[in-house]
Amino acid sequence: MPTSIPKQELMAPGHTACHGCGATLAMRYVLKALGEKTVVSVPASCWAVIPGAMPFRTLDVPMVYTPFAATGASISGLREGLDIQGKTDYNVVGFAGDGGTADIGLQGLSGAMERGHNVFYIMYDNEGYMNTGVQRSGSTPYGARTTTTPVGKERDFKKENKKIVADMMIAQNVPYVATATVAYPEDLIKKIEHAKAVNGPKFIQILAPCPTGWYYPPEKTIEISRLAVQSRMFPLYEFVEGRFYLNKSFKPVDVSEYVKAQDRFKHLNEDEIENLRRYVEERWNQLLEWEKLYSSPIKA
Amino acid sequence: MKSVSEFRTIMTGNDAVAYGAKLARVKFISAYPITPQTTIVEKLASMIANDELDAKYVEVESEHSALAAVFASELTGVRSYTATSSHGLLYMHEMLHWVAGQRLPIVMSVVNRAIGPPWNIWADQSDTINQRDTGWMQVYSESNQEAMDTIIMGYKIAENADVMLPLMSMEDAFILSHTSEPVSMRNQDLINEYLPDLDLKFRIDPENPMGYGSYDTPDGSFMELKKDMVDSMGKARKVIMQETEKFNEIFETNYGGLVERYRMDDADYAIIAMGTVASTARFVVDKLRGKGMNVGLIRIRYFRPFPYDEILADLKNVKSAGIIDRSVSFGYAGATYSEVVSGLYGRINIPVSSFITGIGGRDVRSEDIENIAETIRKGSNGTYWINVKRVI
Amino acid sequence: MVLVPVSTVSTRNHPTDSWRIQRPTIQYDKCIRCMICWKYCPDNAINIENGDERAPNDRVAKMEYPVIDYNFCKGCGICANECPEKCIDMEFEVIE
Repeated sequence: MPTSIPKQELMAPGHTACHGCGATLAMRYVLKALGEKTVVSVPASCWAVIPGAMPFRTLDVPMVYTPFAATGASISGLREGLDIQGKTDYNVVGFAGDGGTADIGLQGLSGAMERGHNVFYIMYDNEGYMNTGVQRSGSTPYGARTTTTPVGKERDFKKENKKIVADMMIAQNVPYVATATVAYPEDLIKKIEHAKAVNGPKFIQILAPCPTGWYYPPEKTIEISRLAVQSRMFPLYEFVEGRFYLNKSFKPVDVSEYVKAQDRFKHLNEDEIENLRRYVEERWNQLLEWEKLYSSPIKA
Repeated sequence: MKSVSEFRTIMTGNDAVAYGAKLARVKFISAYPITPQTTIVEKLASMIANDELDAKYVEVESEHSALAAVFASELTGVRSYTATSSHGLLYMHEMLHWVAGQRLPIVMSVVNRAIGPPWNIWADQSDTINQRDTGWMQVYSESNQEAMDTIIMGYKIAENADVMLPLMSMEDAFILSHTSEPVSMRNQDLINEYLPDLDLKFRIDPENPMGYGSYDTPDGSFMELKKDMVDSMGKARKVIMQETEKFNEIFETNYGGLVERYRMDDADYAIIAMGTVASTARFVVDKLRGKGMNVGLIRIRYFRPFPYDEILADLKNVKSAGIIDRSVSFGYAGATYSEVVSGLYGRINIPVSSFITGIGGRDVRSEDIENIAETIRKGSNGTYWINVKRVI
Repeated sequence: MVLVPVSTVSTRNHPTDSWRIQRPTIQYDKCIRCMICWKYCPDNAINIENGDERAPNDRVAKMEYPVIDYNFCKGCGICANECPEKCIDMEFEVIE
């Protein structure tokens, strides 16, 4: 019987990711979509430790470890090095976390996308520096408690809205930009396939819920990923060569359902949840405008 | 019999370096512009644009990215090259360790330039001396010809199976980089015989998936990997000698290996210098010899691996020595001085003095070196800043 | 030769069963073989195998079915949480 996603597994079991890790699912799905002719570059991030210590590897494709800010440049060099040898049929993939993408790696990302290399940049977004112990990143959403925005006697949490790198990539007119999340692997894989058809840089931001850093039980990863989309906290969209398509096919749920499922938001009072609700609504309306601005939906 | 050189012409150090990279058949170049490196990469870009060089040139958005891109392309198995200077090199610092740690035999040109603040674009070796512990071999050239030839020898040495460490090749800003000198263009066929194509054993091979540079634990092989790099630096000494001799034979050149000596055989006093200061020192040696002072010169070519044994052997027969550093090491004497003195300690006991000069491109005049020689002759152990103005 | 930091041994040789506190068990007689548990397993610890007679009916018995690899399952519980038939039980491991 055919499965809804490819059967081929290029991410082996036996890795050392936390229980219920969303980032691991993101890698598993991305490799299912791309197949074995793929080379992956990973900066400092959860994924730099998930394969385990030397001599272990967990991917059945080559994986290059690089310093934190080096993802964009390393995929540029990998692509060109392979092309020089005529290995143009290999997919070159940068697989970086949100800290490595929204913060320290942003310059390298922007440079690589601008230069037009035929590469994939996958940002697995777990909304914080989870590998180093849950610190705030530019991609952490408003309201979240992290270890550097702790809630103490004087209540504190991240007061700024999430920096959305995919939106920035649209502003830069990257040929293919999309958002996806692990609850919808069929959608995620379809997007990678669409991206593959584009000869040039592609950027995909995958929301990867993190039980360790979002403070929820590990079995809830898919549920929370789903709620992120339904509550419009993390809208799914696709931007293909200038055309923008917003996925509106979900039955919306209130932001509070998403917020209340995670202890990182536990401290928020009703007014603060209302702030988030307002932000989510404004952003959704903005994305609807983009859809008009950037023409019609793409054909599947 | 092929001519060892295709032609002889006048060119700047930066052009010579660019031709060195071309002769070494680099396939991938990535760089970010910084004065006074720019004319190297401009020249290479123009060679590619004019179909004189079959390589891919990628101008990235930072030096960190330049070396990250070169790291990655080299890892796929293609010979890769970059060039930088000063702050650009400092910005690469993290990637310098990464390239060496992954055992990639990349050659990089560095035009030695001062570190700010205040901004200063002139000759000063503080930038590369800062990087001495990154696992790269370091060569300091004295002429444009040497700068060209060092790129070619550099790849040969770096790619040796017992070495597999990257190499940075230095020229002093403007004194070499932008000054024209006669240079012989090496015969490409002979270079091809001397330097075969890169055959990187652990290159990325999708048929044989591996992790490149995963993390390691205290009980893993981390410590052994680092020691192996040190061991390879040691083995590089012999390889440097062999490959330099081989190059000398083919191209009728006369390069020393780790060091070059001038009138050291009967010297009572030794000046030790690196880069273009050595050219002035050579002139001063002749002048002082004329006045009856038995002085000689040791020019350090390789700062890494450091030529302890060579210098020790040379200093066994002198009464005193002095080391000129064109770099600043805050909190102690000159960096080359520290290296030399630690090599001598417990083996020979002569006065050795440290001279800091030429910082920020200040001219190193022959009278400065004469003063240095005079201080050496007196047998001092001090640290001296030469040609420093009184700032009020 | 030099030492190069490359990793060559697949984590298929690195069991993670000791991480497990709760053990999922599939009730095959209720399982409809939808493979949602397989799809969402972050540890890639559910394999697809050919047909098993413990099934709700003969048609399902002929279908491919999910088999948990207890060498690698860390017991996160996503499979049980997502199972539409609620036929995966999570029970605490008994340490003998």
